Amino acid sequence: MTTAVSTPSRFGFASHLCCRECGATAALGASHACAECFGPLEVGYQLPPLTRASIEAGPASIWRYASLLPVPPGILATPGTEPGWTRLTRADQLARELGMSALWVKDERGNPTHSFKDRVVAVALAAAVEMGYKVLACPSTGNLANAVAAAAARAGIRSVVLIPADLEPQKITATAVYGGTMVPIDGTYDDVNRLASELADDREDWAFVNVNVRPYYAEGSKTIGFEIAEQLGWRLPRQIVVPVASGAQLVKIDKAFRELIELGLVEDTGYRVFGAQATGCSPVAAAFRAGHDVVQPVKPATIAKSLAIGNPADGPYVLDVVRRTGGMVADVGDADVVEAIRLLAQTEGIFGETASGVTLGVLRRLLADGVLDPGAETVIINSGDGLKTLDAVAAPAGPAIRPSLEAFEAWESSPAG
Amino acid sequence: MTSPVTEKGSPRMSVSVRIPTILRTFTGGSAEVTADPGTLREVLASLDASYPGLAGRIVDDTGNLRRFVNVYVGDEDVRFTNGLDTPVPAGSRVSVIPAVAGG
Repeated sequence: MTTAVSTPSRFGFASHLCCRECGATAALGASHACAECFGPLEVGYQLPPLTRASIEAGPASIWRYASLLPVPPGILATPGTEPGWTRLTRADQLARELGMSALWVKDERGNPTHSFKDRVVAVALAAAVEMGYKVLACPSTGNLANAVAAAAARAGIRSVVLIPADLEPQKITATAVYGGTMVPIDGTYDDVNRLASELADDREDWAFVNVNVRPYYAEGSKTIGFEIAEQLGWRLPRQIVVPVASGAQLVKIDKAFRELIELGLVEDTGYRVFGAQATGCSPVAAAFRAGHDVVQPVKPATIAKSLAIGNPADGPYVLDVVRRTGGMVADVGDADVVEAIRLLAQTEGIFGETASGVTLGVLRRLLADGVLDPGAETVIINSGDGLKTLDAVAAPAGPAIRPSLEAFEAWESSPAG
Repeated sequence: MTSPVTEKGSPRMSVSVRIPTILRTFTGGSAEVTADPGTLREVLASLDASYPGLAGRIVDDTGNLRRFVNVYVGDEDVRFTNGLDTPVPAGSRVSVIPAVAGG
């Protein structure tokens, strides 16, 4: 193994890749798994001093944190989807309902394709172009497919997305519209993922954003953590609940908080990280309960399809983070997920995807179990848009009435009114 | 191209093993190699005899599958079957794939 010999400017202040398992280092480039032990490679940096003011002077997108990402310095001049800087909404009515004193929702619907995946794809695309890849590809449970197809269209390159054939129709439409190649696969997401890994080995100029470009891609999720801290007035919340699919989002939000502490941009006030899974696909929650540090894969069966990853790549690191911070990973069933989607919509006007229902459902479960402190400031992630998972809460509109005042008054005095 | 069916490495008596890019330094660049059938543990031992050091990248010092490698016999992830004791009959295909992917 050689150590980093990259040009300093090519990936910004990123300096090398480092194995999270065995610590072996590799030069920045197109590798994602450690040649020594198969462990995941992570981007390391040699960061310059940063100030709150220099970040605040940046654009209203993830690129305000470009210095903390493995992207070229010229990134702002490249046509992109400019994701990020989504709302952090204070959820007082929901907090009151739950008996909490301070609750915030990081609302990722505000991204260009309505989920947090635009963040990771933007970083992966920048790195992929830098490394000379010609095609942007991914295996996806839907949100990522939308983000890859849109970002590739905007960048003027070809996209290829592989999806499980049983995906929500909204997610299929919202991918196909961008005109890339979409291949439905007869199998689960884990089957699709396996095919993508084999293809990534076979197609030299295809950048599978979450496979062979994964070290760069995953860094994009740090921007959720950066934004939460900045939007709270450069503070960290005391508790945060994050949905767990592969687990990368949770792990990277924790990494973001630690980087901000190391840079002296926020005070280390102590925080606890909680992971949320749907019971029908809860291998990380099961490993947490069993006290294991490895995750036994499962065959998923849940309406929360964006979380239906039975063999989560970052599962072991999720366990590390929640144990280190005094949090946990818990799960809720599909009925609780649906109830939570409605609760978020009815208290805060936020229509979240099924994964958001999982997150709020787990928040409620952990409050009921006395695990979460209702008096501590808490953030939950609304990872995507309910308009992509309509079937979960589909409701008939009821019979139509005539457009007259009399008909309306008659309707008002009927049981429906 | 005729070879006796009893010869080691012939398709009918052996198993094929798909090698990921990061391990092809052990196989002289080959993406697919052959090994003797048996349990997965025996297949890996047979591989290691042909390509010394290869098995050590798949199995850790305690003899378990490394936590970031997925091994499939046919379409089945061996973590759903019997792990290293999973039978690998002649003619089957083993795939070794980095687990760091997806989501």
